[in-house]
Amino acid sequence: MAQITLIEGVTLALARAMKDDDSVVLLGEDIGVNGGVFRATAGLQESFGDERVIDTPLAEVMIAGLTVGMAAQGMKPVAEAQFCGFTMPMIDHIMCHAGRMRNRTRGRLSCPMVLRFPSGGGIHAPEHHSESPEALYAHMPGIRVVIPSSPSRAYGLLLAAIRDPDPVIFMEPKRIYRWQREEVIDDGEELPLDVCFTLRDGQDLTLVTWGAMIKETMQAADELEKKGVSVEVIDVATISPLDMDTIIESVERTGRCVIVQEAPRHCGVASEIAANLADAGIFNLLAPVKRVCGYDTVMPLYRNEMKYMPSVRRIVDAANQILEVS
Amino acid sequence: MARTVAAFKVDYFQFLGPDGALIDSQHVPALARDFERLTELYTLMTLTRVFDKKAIALQRTGKLGTYASSLGHEAAHVAIGAAMAEEDCFAPMYREYGAQFYRGVKMSEVLLYWGGDERGNDFSAPRHDFAWCVPIATQCLHAAGAAMAYKLRGEARVAVSVVGDGGSSKGDFLEAINAASAWKLPLVLVIVNNQWAISVPRSKQNTASTLAQKGIAGGLPSIQVDGNDLIACLWAMDKAVKAAREGKGAFVIEMMTYRLGDHTTADDARRYRPQDEVDEAWAREPLVRLRKYLISEGAWDEQREEELLSECAEFVQEAADEYTNKVADDPQPVTAMFDYMFAELPHDLAEQREYAEKFPEDGGHH
Repeated sequence: MAQITLIEGVTLALARAMKDDDSVVLLGEDIGVNGGVFRATAGLQESFGDERVIDTPLAEVMIAGLTVGMAAQGMKPVAEAQFCGFTMPMIDHIMCHAGRMRNRTRGRLSCPMVLRFPSGGGIHAPEHHSESPEALYAHMPGIRVVIPSSPSRAYGLLLAAIRDPDPVIFMEPKRIYRWQREEVIDDGEELPLDVCFTLRDGQDLTLVTWGAMIKETMQAADELEKKGVSVEVIDVATISPLDMDTIIESVERTGRCVIVQEAPRHCGVASEIAANLADAGIFNLLAPVKRVCGYDTVMPLYRNEMKYMPSVRRIVDAANQILEVS
Repeated sequence: MARTVAAFKVDYFQFLGPDGALIDSQHVPALARDFERLTELYTLMTLTRVFDKKAIALQRTGKLGTYASSLGHEAAHVAIGAAMAEEDCFAPMYREYGAQFYRGVKMSEVLLYWGGDERGNDFSAPRHDFAWCVPIATQCLHAAGAAMAYKLRGEARVAVSVVGDGGSSKGDFLEAINAASAWKLPLVLVIVNNQWAISVPRSKQNTASTLAQKGIAGGLPSIQVDGNDLIACLWAMDKAVKAAREGKGAFVIEMMTYRLGDHTTADDARRYRPQDEVDEAWAREPLVRLRKYLISEGAWDEQREEELLSECAEFVQEAADEYTNKVADDPQPVTAMFDYMFAELPHDLAEQREYAEKFPEDGGHH
């Protein structure tokens, strides 16, 4: 069985979903002959034709609105935006229509669409190519937000997102598109859209993260383990709805939690997780819950982008602070 | 040296003048002689106007929320509905009641929506039409998406959307034109140009001599018609819908009309537009000219008019009663706000739903 990368997991899921269901069509800029700027749709137009893998005019609002309209009329469109920053003009259609279609019509119409796009920094890209806007989407009612962090989770979660009867924002951590290879069996098995993944079991500390920060978080866990700290690592993966049960259960056992997110801290998903932990009233909490995040600044241009993002050192530093507390 | 690489023109069509006489009786579509069809549509135009008056009265007496009037747009709206087949898809903005009534949306459903109850959007028919769309012009792209779906599935169905003169300034409208042109979509985009985008007049949207030419810029055949002339509106719609259904692509029609009422019941147009302009517009309004024409052709008379008005009053009162009874006797419970968010309620919303159920009457009524 082939060892594939995260982005190949995306391609595999897209192909599988199109094979299984004729109403699944892909649309976006340069996704046809060119196979997408990151090659997520490489070879798919050749296999499925230009009526299933559709190159659009260069107009993000149009892609979003068209996708909503198609979804409401019985198709299962999967739209691609080239970069996270270019989804900003699409928000009108996502928030005002995709997330409201079912509710607005009391279930008469629905919007089974996926908008997938690469997000996050770290690839030396130009301005507007490196943001992590998951909190914007997670704040929208009626929308699911999913971020895979491994090839198999990219495959299983994307299949589930496409098959889901409601709109899903599928954010792909582009910095780790080709970081790891993993054996992925193309068996059409999907993963649940409302469950966190525990990547490593531990007793002393819970590290919670998602997307590309998995990389630094796992490295930080390794460093801490070397010093004798037993670290549990959770990949949130489904930002909305948030599986707090798994996180709370873990933090109840370890008594300590650091949440790592690439996005700015203010009103971010890490804050939501921290607030939920506070709300859960964990009486055996041994230390304050810490957030290690991107700064509340504009994402810098690429010479400074890695300084913006949480580093292994910053994660270990936060962990050490709360390990010292008790 | 310069040479012309492209040249364009926009044709304006009008068959029935404001005085109720045909402009040129030698050159009229067959529709102008189809008195059965014309009286049917005149009846619906009248019903729409009686409904509109009732809805405003309900709002003024505190029984309805903000309501967007369709006064003066009856010919345009009814023609749009009348040109469409049941399986076609309508993506309205928020005042096209004439089109929706023709297609099967109930008057009580319109009232429910403006009365603050989502069940108004659960149209009895047609089940696939889009709901009212408050964010300006976004509906144009949803219609383009519907047209795309039909084209990809090989269905002979047409999507129709409406935008105002104000909405024609938005990117969504222009991007819908572009998409329809690129993929030859079965789409008809109608600009119902009523001259006013709330308080901003047509002249302040841009200096283009017509709005129809925006369609031409995107590669679509585009015309302008007298939007108060039912015959011209329906003739144009029939032509556009037929072409779209036959796979000939999309069409833009600019219907020139006038918003005789306020933007909505929350607006007071006296603040920004001169009364003599409104008075002048009343002389061109769509109902009177069609009635005069039908009477002059012996297809209508004063007695039938009186009967129609009293029938309309009765229908509208029934719809109003149905609406007021529904909200009084069968209100949506607090849980309704959760139950249609997703096909299957996620665990976090299920928790919130359970919590909300403990406070079913909080917030009171108003």
